[in-house]
Amino acid sequence: MLAESLALTAALFIIGVIGVLIHRNAIIIFMCVELMLTAVNLTFVAFSRFYGTAGQVFVVFVMTVSAAEAAVGLAIIISIFRHRQTVDLKNINLLRG
Amino acid sequence: MLLQTAVSAASQVRPLSGTIAEWVWLLPILPLAGFVINGLLSLAGAPFGPTDPNGADSHAHSDAGGTPAVSHGEGETGGDDHAVKRHRWAGVVSIIGPGVLILSFLLAIGIWQTMANAQPSAPFIQRYFSWMPVGDLQIDAAFQLDQLSMVMILVITGVGALIHVFSVGYMRDDPGYPRYFSYLNLFVFFMLVLVLGANYPVLFVGWEGVGLCSYLLIGFWFNDKVNADAGKKAFIVNRVGDFGLLVAMFMLFANIGVLDFIGVSAKAGDLVAGSPLVTAICLFMFLGCTGKSAQIPLYIWLPDAMAGPTPVSALIHAATMVTAGVYMIARSAFLFSLSPVASLTVAVVGAVTAIFAATIGLKQWDIKKVLAYSTISQLGYMFVGVGVGAYVSGMFHLVTHAFFKALLFLGSGSVIQAMHTAYHKTHSDEDAQDMRNMGGLKRYLPVTCVLMWIATLAISGIPPLSGFFSKDEILGSVFARAQGSTLASASWLGIPGGTLLYIIYAIGLAAAFLTAVYMTRMMLYTFHGPVRTGAEEEKSLHEAPWIMTGPLVILGVLTVFGGWLNLPEVVTDIIPLGPRELLAHWLDPVVGEASARITAGAAQVPTATEQALIAAAVVIAVAGIVAAMARLKPDRLPRKRDAVPEHGFEGVVANKYYVDEAIDRTIVEPTYAVSRNFLWRFIDNGLIDGLLVNGSAALARGFGWIGSRLQTGNVGIYAWVLVVGVLAMLGALTLR
Repeated sequence: MLAESLALTAALFIIGVIGVLIHRNAIIIFMCVELMLTAVNLTFVAFSRFYGTAGQVFVVFVMTVSAAEAAVGLAIIISIFRHRQTVDLKNINLLRG
Repeated sequence: MLLQTAVSAASQVRPLSGTIAEWVWLLPILPLAGFVINGLLSLAGAPFGPTDPNGADSHAHSDAGGTPAVSHGEGETGGDDHAVKRHRWAGVVSIIGPGVLILSFLLAIGIWQTMANAQPSAPFIQRYFSWMPVGDLQIDAAFQLDQLSMVMILVITGVGALIHVFSVGYMRDDPGYPRYFSYLNLFVFFMLVLVLGANYPVLFVGWEGVGLCSYLLIGFWFNDKVNADAGKKAFIVNRVGDFGLLVAMFMLFANIGVLDFIGVSAKAGDLVAGSPLVTAICLFMFLGCTGKSAQIPLYIWLPDAMAGPTPVSALIHAATMVTAGVYMIARSAFLFSLSPVASLTVAVVGAVTAIFAATIGLKQWDIKKVLAYSTISQLGYMFVGVGVGAYVSGMFHLVTHAFFKALLFLGSGSVIQAMHTAYHKTHSDEDAQDMRNMGGLKRYLPVTCVLMWIATLAISGIPPLSGFFSKDEILGSVFARAQGSTLASASWLGIPGGTLLYIIYAIGLAAAFLTAVYMTRMMLYTFHGPVRTGAEEEKSLHEAPWIMTGPLVILGVLTVFGGWLNLPEVVTDIIPLGPRELLAHWLDPVVGEASARITAGAAQVPTATEQALIAAAVVIAVAGIVAAMARLKPDRLPRKRDAVPEHGFEGVVANKYYVDEAIDRTIVEPTYAVSRNFLWRFIDNGLIDGLLVNGSAALARGFGWIGSRLQTGNVGIYAWVLVVGVLAMLGALTLR
């Protein structure tokens, strides 16, 4: 049972990683990051099923933090869009060395 | 502060303990105090600030040689050009500068009296503190007082005090007056350290210190590049010699393990007499002497050193510093007497220098240059003396030479100042030191003229003046050692020592003849014949003030009676002038043993032969004077500006055999070329600046450029790098 759960979460996580790597739109990348967070949450839940409730407590924490992060992240993306009329990361390379 | 520890030799009798000799440290400290005070006054009262103590324009008049004091305010400006920029502290300095020397001299007299009464057979050694305790090397800051250093102390402080007093008159109008006296005091300090040092390193401190003061005083009027260059030349040439002295010290330490005179003389017996080691040590030491005492091949700095003020030439470059080499060989007699080859080398170099410099002196026109070459020549005599193991004769000539050569230099100082003042009044830029511009000065400088004639007769060897006795004793010693002595049985570069000594004797006689000629020539051209100075200038010529003539008179008396220090037996037997061989008896505890080692087996020269030798020397001296008077025509001498250069051999001599030019070509210019093209352009600019400094900067810049390429600013690539990195780490952890 645990193995199947972990396989599912791993699949979700890898989907998220691939999404981050191949997409150029900041919103989509952001959503993929959220997907990776969710995959981790699911892992916590799966483990708590076998090793006690500590995992569920962590899930609450992660969701709180990811909510805060989503707020900040979206705010940054919006202000970038206002500034440059695009959220395509290909064109956003101010930190180039 | 004075840590008086027991001396190793103290188990013996120390007859000087608890006497005034305990105050020997005060001898050098007094001039040192004078240096400090005068130096501070110089800084405090510099009229133009410490960086420009000569004033901006005070020496545009100075010629190739030294510039006397009255040389401020330029003719071009007109108006108040005779205004004197006397230093604001000049009065105080006039008391302190000569004062400390006079005090030192009085103290030296006191110590000498005590020593004369005590007749110590061993040196009196004062240890103050341990200076260099490094492993086996134990070097103390210690002074050694014995009969030899006493002679030097009396000469240095006595003649030094006279020259200091003379300087008060000679330099009084110079803006750098306190600086002058502070250097002069510092020189006396170092010179006393040199002769008082109880070991070679302390002697070396004095040795280097006098070199420094010599440099400072030669370049005293450093606003003229010529003078500054002359100072540098003296300093650099002396470094070559000092290298030799250092090597000698290293070899002594490596082979004997001690460097103090007592220790070295005690252990010198362990060294094999005549071995290559002793010879090498002595020759390296002698290399030091050729530098400091201006012998071939390192004599070239002394004529240039005449760029300094004339009293400096008298004190440093005639009476005291340049005799340091003679002193050191007498001090190291226990080593030199072990090596006949080194001793003969000293004598040969001395003899060759004596005649070589004398020939150059024949053709010089600058009055100080004549005296400079004369000094080199007379130093050659001294080295002949100490070279043949006649250490007393060498020291005797050192003392008498200090008297008459100081007198000659100070006399020339009077002449130059008179000439300079005269030319200064008329704003002429004629050379005040060129004898072709002098002539007939006896009318205007009668005292100087008489005294300089006395010194001239003395240096030529006319009895009963001091130079006669000392020079004759050197020549007599050479002759006496030519048969039967250890030197005579040695061979030098394949020449038998006996033959060599006869050759040296002949060279000495020839040099004596030339000495008489060039000195008479100098006197004739300076003081006799018509006045060539110029009609207008002639009115301003006058005798020097008493503060300058006073020391001259005292030196004149010493020049006349200096011979009484060491009257030879052959003279006192005929004419009972006084006690005989005082100096020989006085120095016997120090150099007697070494001297006896060389004369061992030497045949006693018959009295008749000795008398014949003396007669020959006198005849040659008189012949030199007569020849010069007969051949030279001061009446027909053209002034400097009308003079034509000499041709042929005379021209070669007048140009000092082109030795300076040859050294420029063979040593100076190649050194410059190597320095410029290899050391500067290749090593400094190429390797150090190019490869190391700029190269390491370029390397850092290159790495930075590579690193900056990674910073694309593209988040996607960062994410890729991140993921690849995580996967790599995971892989490394799991597949381990």
